[in-house]
Amino acid sequence: MTDLHLSRGAADDEKIADASAKEKGEVFAADGQKAPPTLIGGPPPGAATLEANDACAWFGEHLVLEGVNLTMVAGEVTALIGPSGCGKSTFLRLLNRMHELVPGAAMAGDILLDGDDIYGANMRAQVIRTRIGMVFQKPNPFPAMSVRQNVLAGLKLTKIRCSDQDTLVEQSLQRAGLWREVRERLDSPGGALSGGQQQRLCIARSLAVAPNVLLMDEPCSALDPSSTRRIEETIKELRNEVTVVIVTHNMQQAQRVSDKCAFFLAAENEPGQLVEQGPTTRIFSSPEDPRTADYVGGKFG
Amino acid sequence: MTRLDLLIIAASAVSSVSLCWLVFAVLTDGVGWLLFWVVAYFVFLAIYFVASYDRVGWLAAVDRVVTVAVGSAMVVVLIPLVWLVSYIVVKGIVALRPAFFVHDQRGVTPTMPATAGGGLHAIIGTIEQVGLALLWSLPLGAATAFFLNESRSKLRRPVRIFVDAMSGMPSIVSGLFIYATLIIPLAKYNDLFSFNGFMASLALSMTMMPTICRAIEVVLRLVPNGLREAGLALGASRAKVVLSVVLPTASTGVATAAILGIAREAGETAPLLFTAFGYNLMNANPFHGPQESLPLFIYRFVRTQSTADIQRGYAGALVLLMLILSLFIVARIIGRDRSVANKRSFRLRLPSRSPEPETPERKLISSTSRRSGTVTAAGGS
Repeated sequence: MTDLHLSRGAADDEKIADASAKEKGEVFAADGQKAPPTLIGGPPPGAATLEANDACAWFGEHLVLEGVNLTMVAGEVTALIGPSGCGKSTFLRLLNRMHELVPGAAMAGDILLDGDDIYGANMRAQVIRTRIGMVFQKPNPFPAMSVRQNVLAGLKLTKIRCSDQDTLVEQSLQRAGLWREVRERLDSPGGALSGGQQQRLCIARSLAVAPNVLLMDEPCSALDPSSTRRIEETIKELRNEVTVVIVTHNMQQAQRVSDKCAFFLAAENEPGQLVEQGPTTRIFSSPEDPRTADYVGGKFG
Repeated sequence: MTRLDLLIIAASAVSSVSLCWLVFAVLTDGVGWLLFWVVAYFVFLAIYFVASYDRVGWLAAVDRVVTVAVGSAMVVVLIPLVWLVSYIVVKGIVALRPAFFVHDQRGVTPTMPATAGGGLHAIIGTIEQVGLALLWSLPLGAATAFFLNESRSKLRRPVRIFVDAMSGMPSIVSGLFIYATLIIPLAKYNDLFSFNGFMASLALSMTMMPTICRAIEVVLRLVPNGLREAGLALGASRAKVVLSVVLPTASTGVATAAILGIAREAGETAPLLFTAFGYNLMNANPFHGPQESLPLFIYRFVRTQSTADIQRGYAGALVLLMLILSLFIVARIIGRDRSVANKRSFRLRLPSRSPEPETPERKLISSTSRRSGTVTAAGGS
């Protein structure tokens, strides 16, 4: 039984790896042919470093996150791991000012994007959010828009202009690993795609405005293993161009995709805290904190 | 449902009616037709239950009796509706000729036959008044709905209570309000504020706006929050998210809300009594002079003594009914999205009426025959 299952899984993996290799080849070919189209009014180019200094978060009177100090280095993938309700997602939403959209939410501390405080008096939340994109747990393409319009939605919504929209759509979809599957039906509605394709469409939508940082809130939790695999491949390919911060419940996923890892934990009736951070290999091989060891060892969570 | 089932229902009905007739008409002095049918109905349910119990057992018998009871309740509810519609059709078709849609009542006297003249002036008046009312109340109602659902203002609660209260307002009050606040004090200064279609549209929009507002709000609430967050996370402002994400997603619902608002207001009479006032001839200018509308047309003609006039009134009622029915059909077509359409065709393809899936039914029959066999055996011994 077990053998059969394993061999089937391995075969699947091979097939997927093969497909993604093909896709990669295509990306490189396209890169060779065309330069990326220039965006006018968009974020400055390149990945950016995010730094949280003593970040705290409240919902109403309830303190949910306390004193997080974490640096997410440019061009690296940082994974936030921890059990449910430990404040990972809240921390992620602090990073692009989505937290403040919740009525009664409050925060303290500094979040620095390449040294600038994103909560500074002269910072507009809308500008911050174009520089720091976000992909949600549940795929949420705009149902009233076609695949193409979905990719360009960030431009339409923020008045970023682009010299060559067709190339931008193609390159964004290629970077999200979706181009081959949808190039024949760019004008069909975005909601008609499968769940995994929808999630990659959302990634393409976030990438189209060329953000400096991409936040991902459990992007694969609603997806099947092969779609998960495709998205992980996408994350690995993105790391040179954009800083990725990913929340995940899947520790194998964190090991596969991330360079750095941060472990969050909340004791009962206490706010969530950052317990340990460091290179992913070290967190998983020789964690310093016993709670981290228990969690990555599968003793709880 | 096999033929046998239908046969049993029919047999139960016949036997219950016969039994009640025997008891009430032959053995006693009778109880009046209403009570007779009520008693007969319950006796029918009892007989049907006993007959089904004998065939298929306790659980299935209860299921069938409840099915029949719910089905008959539906019939009882449908009777007044079908009655009303067929009554209007039968009474109205007499005077309804194609000429009704091209003539007004010019030169028509009460003694002339009902087919003389027509209701074009009323149709035009209804279209103009309701169209103008929609023009005022759709932007206002939509804006209020967006305020209630998309803003984070503290005033949302009082506004929602206000809208709820307004949608319960008697429509004649809105007519009176326009009459008292605009027509009486201002008519002597400006013709715009005397009896005309414009005043009628204002009165109509007072009841139309809350209807549209609430319908649109329901639609907006159905737009998933994830879409708003996705838009905001791309760097859009709240206003831009509403315009470019929420509104396109909800557009079919908004259109449906508008059409349902029109359909409701097209049938309003009370707000027009002291605003449009009514007029027997064509007046296509809604901003000057009294104007007719279909409800007013019906109201005035049906109250007269002349048979021909009453028939004209019923013809108007039939036209109004057709107008509202076609608006509802349009609303259904617009409001139906593709996924629902797919489901419906799928449901039609379910082979419940084809001879294919009779196997479970057959099983029941065979078990029944076994059961009745044991019953007869028991009876025989």
